Amino acid sequence: MSEQRDHVRDDGFDDWLDAIEDGEPYYLTCSEEHGFLPPRHVCPACGSADVEPAPLPATGILETFTVTSVSTPTFEDDAPYVVAIADFGPVRLTGRVVERDADDVEIGMTVEPDVVSSETSGERVLAFRWCSTSWCC
Amino acid sequence: MSEVRVAGIGLTPFGEYAERTTRELFAEASASAIDDADVARTDVEEVLYGNFLGELSERQGHQGPLMAEAAGVQAPAARYEAACASGSAPVREAVKRIRSGESDVLLVGGAERMTNLTTADATGALATAADDLWEVRAGVTFPSAYALMARAYFDTYGGSREALAHVAVKNHEHALSNELAHQQQAIDVSDVLEAPRISSPLGLYDSCPISDGAAALVLTSESYAEEHGLDASVAITGTGQGGDRLALHDREFLARSPATRRAGERAYDDAGISADEVDVAEVHDCFTIAEVLAIEALDLEPIGEGISAARDCRTTIDGDRPVNLSGGLKAKGHPVGATGTAQIAEIAALLRGDHPNSEYVEDATTALTHNAGGTVATAIVHVLEVVA
Repeated sequence: MSEQRDHVRDDGFDDWLDAIEDGEPYYLTCSEEHGFLPPRHVCPACGSADVEPAPLPATGILETFTVTSVSTPTFEDDAPYVVAIADFGPVRLTGRVVERDADDVEIGMTVEPDVVSSETSGERVLAFRWCSTSWCC
Repeated sequence: MSEVRVAGIGLTPFGEYAERTTRELFAEASASAIDDADVARTDVEEVLYGNFLGELSERQGHQGPLMAEAAGVQAPAARYEAACASGSAPVREAVKRIRSGESDVLLVGGAERMTNLTTADATGALATAADDLWEVRAGVTFPSAYALMARAYFDTYGGSREALAHVAVKNHEHALSNELAHQQQAIDVSDVLEAPRISSPLGLYDSCPISDGAAALVLTSESYAEEHGLDASVAITGTGQGGDRLALHDREFLARSPATRRAGERAYDDAGISADEVDVAEVHDCFTIAEVLAIEALDLEPIGEGISAARDCRTTIDGDRPVNLSGGLKAKGHPVGATGTAQIAEIAALLRGDHPNSEYVEDATTALTHNAGGTVATAIVHVLEVVA
């Protein structure tokens, strides 16, 4: 299989991870107030070209999760790991649940976004950290 | 509008045939379909071929001409890719061409070679059907994406791993008489529940196997079939496709399949039937939860009740409306690019009366196939009916 050159950034996506690391997470929105993730020229829901960033709500609610035991080669040393979808209001995100035993992960948990490194590849991975209180984040 | 007849069907065995190239698999399936149809190769006007992973598993792009060559057909050819729906995308295109009068005889099919890859590499290859930036880079695999849906389903509608296990048990039982099936092996609920977890709550037996195989059809216009005296009693009378956002988290529902609903509604409308008229169905059960979501979105079961359909014997071989009498992807196997075409071949055989399980649906006249790509960002549904 072919491999890409090292350190080629993905416009929009890597900028978004940078923003999470800088503590300024955002999402994109249009004049109809649809929420979506970059990179976008138009809103995927209505086609509006009036696309603007807006601050991402600080916390989200875990809607579903799974403990993945059989991974792709890029996460072999990370497995088993917990992947979840969390609802942040205008957008949902898919990320890795960290600092929490798999047995203690529950639907309805409040989480905040973060960025961690894959133990296998060192690449950046969107992560969810558990917020033990509503004001922790 | 010309009616589309299924004139010939051809399948290779599905299973672990790591050494078999897709060109050789498709050569076998297409020869069977052409023999079954009893049409001259020189009458085939085009080859429409489905495949998902060719670049990754065989380093082979531009597969259309290669497969026409393998079939011994001198005709233009192209490949169709729609992830796990790659095998029904060319069928849908062929139906539109024959209906429009553009073509009378088309060779349609698909193939996939997967077991030459390691399990990890096959898992990685299949994951390319998900959103690379926003899902795969967070660690999503296909089993984990369907596991996310399964847990969301349990949370929304109730249900359990035990109820899902009945789907696997049913489809394995259906495959017992299907000599082409990858897994002709009876299992029970405890086998499913005790199998190693792949991605909780789904375990090994909630998942279809990784398979190699090919499938082919000869589709003709009604007029060609009649002029040439073909034995082609089954027609594709409805086709419908639905789409959705690629990433699961961008969908309206995590525990429903709106693309399947849209595809089903369009196919029912196209055929002029309602869901109530479906006697037998082949649906996309890459995981046990996928069959549940499919039969609900196709209106074969009410929302939230599909989970009990196998356990309560509504979809079993002797049920009111059997689902996946071939064994489904779950037991028949899922060589991705072949699956959609194979579903049509299985249904045609069931309706013609020459399928090993035909005796269980002797009075069936109306059937459907449902094939899904990714976490159902693509859904393609066909309605088949006995017309002659």
